[in-house]
Amino acid sequence: MTTDRKDPVTDQRTAPARDGSEPLRPSDHVDSDETITQPALGLVGWLRWAWRQLTSMRTALVLLLLLAIAAVPGSIFPQRMANPNGVTQWESDNPGLFPVLDGLQMFDVYQSAWFSAIYILLFVSLIGCILPRTKHHWKALRTRPPRTPARLGRLDAFREERVEGVDAAHAIDLAGRQLKAQGYRVERYDGRGAFSVSAERGYLRETGNLVFHAALVGVLLTVGIGGGFAYTGQRVVVEGTTFVNSLLDYSSMNRGRFVDDAALSPYAMKLDSFDVTYQPYGEAGSGQAGDFSANVSVTHTDGSTSEDAVRVNHPLKLDGDSIYLLGNGYAPTITVRDADGDVVYSDSVPFLPQDTAMTSTGVIKVTDGLPEQLGMVGFFYPTQVPLDSGAFASAYGDLLNPVLTLNVYAGDLGIDDGTPRSVYALDVTGLEQLTGGDTGTDSIELAPGDTADLPDGLGTITFDDVTPEDADPALGYAESVKRFASLQVHHDPSALGVLVFAVLATLGLLVALFVPRRRMWVKATPDSDGVRLEYAALARGDDPTLPDAVEQLSRKHREALEG
Amino acid sequence: MQLDPVTMDSFSVVLVWTAVSLYVLGFLAYAVDLANRSQASLAARDAAAKSAVAKQLAGVGARGTAGGDAPDVAGASATAAAAAPPRYLWGRIGTSLTWLGFVFHLGATLLRGLAAGRVPWSNMYEFAMTGTLLITAVYLGVLFWRDLRFLGAFMTGIVSLLLGASSLFYVEITPLMDPLKSVWLIIHVFVASLGTAFFALAFAISVLQLLQARRERMAVAATEAPSRRSMLRTIPDAEALEGLAYRFAIIGFIFWTFTLIAGSVWANDAWGRYWGFDTKEVWTFIIWVLYAGYIHARATRGWRGTRSAWLAIVGFAAVLFNFTIVNMFFEGLHAYSGLS
Ligand code: HEM
Repeated sequence: MTTDRKDPVTDQRTAPARDGSEPLRPSDHVDSDETITQPALGLVGWLRWAWRQLTSMRTALVLLLLLAIAAVPGSIFPQRMANPNGVTQWESDNPGLFPVLDGLQMFDVYQSAWFSAIYILLFVSLIGCILPRTKHHWKALRTRPPRTPARLGRLDAFREERVEGVDAAHAIDLAGRQLKAQGYRVERYDGRGAFSVSAERGYLRETGNLVFHAALVGVLLTVGIGGGFAYTGQRVVVEGTTFVNSLLDYSSMNRGRFVDDAALSPYAMKLDSFDVTYQPYGEAGSGQAGDFSANVSVTHTDGSTSEDAVRVNHPLKLDGDSIYLLGNGYAPTITVRDADGDVVYSDSVPFLPQDTAMTSTGVIKVTDGLPEQLGMVGFFYPTQVPLDSGAFASAYGDLLNPVLTLNVYAGDLGIDDGTPRSVYALDVTGLEQLTGGDTGTDSIELAPGDTADLPDGLGTITFDDVTPEDADPALGYAESVKRFASLQVHHDPSALGVLVFAVLATLGLLVALFVPRRRMWVKATPDSDGVRLEYAALARGDDPTLPDAVEQLSRKHREALEG
Repeated sequence: MQLDPVTMDSFSVVLVWTAVSLYVLGFLAYAVDLANRSQASLAARDAAAKSAVAKQLAGVGARGTAGGDAPDVAGASATAAAAAPPRYLWGRIGTSLTWLGFVFHLGATLLRGLAAGRVPWSNMYEFAMTGTLLITAVYLGVLFWRDLRFLGAFMTGIVSLLLGASSLFYVEITPLMDPLKSVWLIIHVFVASLGTAFFALAFAISVLQLLQARRERMAVAATEAPSRRSMLRTIPDAEALEGLAYRFAIIGFIFWTFTLIAGSVWANDAWGRYWGFDTKEVWTFIIWVLYAGYIHARATRGWRGTRSAWLAIVGFAAVLFNFTIVNMFFEGLHAYSGLS
């Protein structure tokens, strides 16, 4: 078993300063002979000392551990970036604690000052560490293997043989050729009555290490810079409608600072249909929805059209954008008529699903055409069942018994003053509730195709049944309500770069961890009745196969000598 | 004969429990083995002491190590081995039982996969089943390379506990959720489990390393030789254990690096971004950084040895935490435990 413990004898022979072929290591590396000295006097001395502290192994280690610890709170508290609704929820659950933690940036951990400080320091340390090592390694790659130590017997792995009837110089020639064939770099050192060859291999180990660390810098830079060229937009598309890839047509859009207004290529996409299947009643996972597919017709920028689908795990690639399916739901089609029977409102309104059985909520805002503005808060149950409490629930995600319930509010919706309002929420201040709750009037309850009177003789409301004419009647309600797909359009040119650097890092790591770096010496000393052959090896880092390597070398060498 | 999935799955459960029982028996055998080893260590020590005394009486042993613990520190295994080549019968029984358990365990896992018609690592119950299978496979595989049976009790212990506990996560076979329908489920999760298996081995060795290092420190400190029996005398010294733990940890680390990358590629297909600081992503990253720290620690003066061993232990604790607590209690996109 070879060990890494420092042996004063071997260490002094392989001290980095001696021959320059050793990889450069921070001064507190276990293989390093330097010690961090007290700072020399003067500003330059201090700066030099501080820099060496920052680029030391210990600092790198402490920063790595700090990074690990600092990442933890981001998994405990909801993060604005990933889960903004969770943050709002947390705030209303813990109103007292929230401001304190928010002050500590606990809800933006990965953009926080303290998290950034740790990784920036780590990467400064990293760069400060690899630059001198790269320079050194560049030189080391062209350094000859070191002089053969005088007393080989004291090295990690050693073997001694005697042979007769061979020429010592010839034996060393032969060993040199063998080592060279094994990928060693060799150098002859003859003298003092002995012949020897010094061989070294595994420079690739240090190369791999440097590639690994440099690739990490590559990942960070690509993420940092590439983010500026990325954009992500979200858009809800109801069956039968079209959206155009332009800033105006998105419900939300995040873009990097280098993305200008003209960056989006103006293709258009129509959602022809949305497919989903449900695990039938009585089978394992009953009601589970799957095989989602948003079937779209794309109108490309050159005017040509094509049909395609956006599915989970299969984003649609278009003009450098990737289009993802993030969610789906129902968009009941509602028509409101005034007291004279004239249509004042007709739209398919996306309702947001609240549970796996697709109980959904949505808001309808009738702004014009009636004496007062109307707001309606609706619940949609694709398969409605009454609960014991009398309330409704949905038992299944598919349209088996669709029911829409609505509470009607009248008054000023507060849209006219230009304040932006969410289309999914109704601000009831300034509105008078007309149905449901304590009003004494029942909520409106509709199945597809039903029409009901609005309160106060305002008019009527219809839940349109959109089943196509040619549909199979046996399907019942299956196509009576439109569905919507929530799509995300994502453009991130850096992703590929990040992947390339990550793969490079992995390759570097494999090389750095598994290429053995070792030195071998073969020495032949002629004496009275033959030649004394010494084989020795020294490993840098972990190298459990070292004794085997010496063993093999000596066997092959003697076979060649004798054969 | 045509078996329906439900029947196959119930067979699979029976096989799991058979495997657990065999592992427990294996654990007991290994425990007896460890007890025998400590006894053997004592016998070997007595023998060594006797011969030293004899030498001294004969005026040969000038080194005066009769009462000291010096040979103990240098390599107890060598001393013990030299005194009487031990045959560790119970160790071999333990290994045979573990092999048998492994066969049943493998059968259980295959049956579950066949019943589900997909890879058997798609929810927590199945991860636990496949993960522990891989831990055992790696342990048994490593035995071909090197005699690490002194780890047997530890490994069978961990595996019996985890596999037994996996019944807590039992869920019926249900169809995959859409995001899981991907080749990356096969690759990413499998490689993560493989990485975990190597981390587990590194963890077990690091624990032994700490115990061994403590014993060595005490042996050096003690002037009067404490005549305590210890199986630790029959296993490699702390430094050799450290080297071993390191080798497994770096293999695990490579797999984990790959897991991280494959996960990002998958997330980029399934969720529309390659990295989003989802809780599971964060913990995978934390584990990666912890093991990077461990690898560094081994190369940092003052950190090699006991301190770095602690990092390997913390790293594996994080792996287990990631698998259990994070899966069950932390909110995130990785909601695939199958539990509700
Ligand atoms: C982003 C943070 C870093 C990570 C994730 C990281 C990771 C790693 C890994 C996985 C290895 C093992 C591969 C090998 O041995 O070649 C390693 C080795 C090494 N790292 Fe880093 N590192 C980081 C920063 C640094 C910094 C800042 C320094 C300089 C102080 C440094 C110096 C070294 C050295 C000298 C080795 C070789 C260790 C040996 O001789 O075994 N690393 N690092």
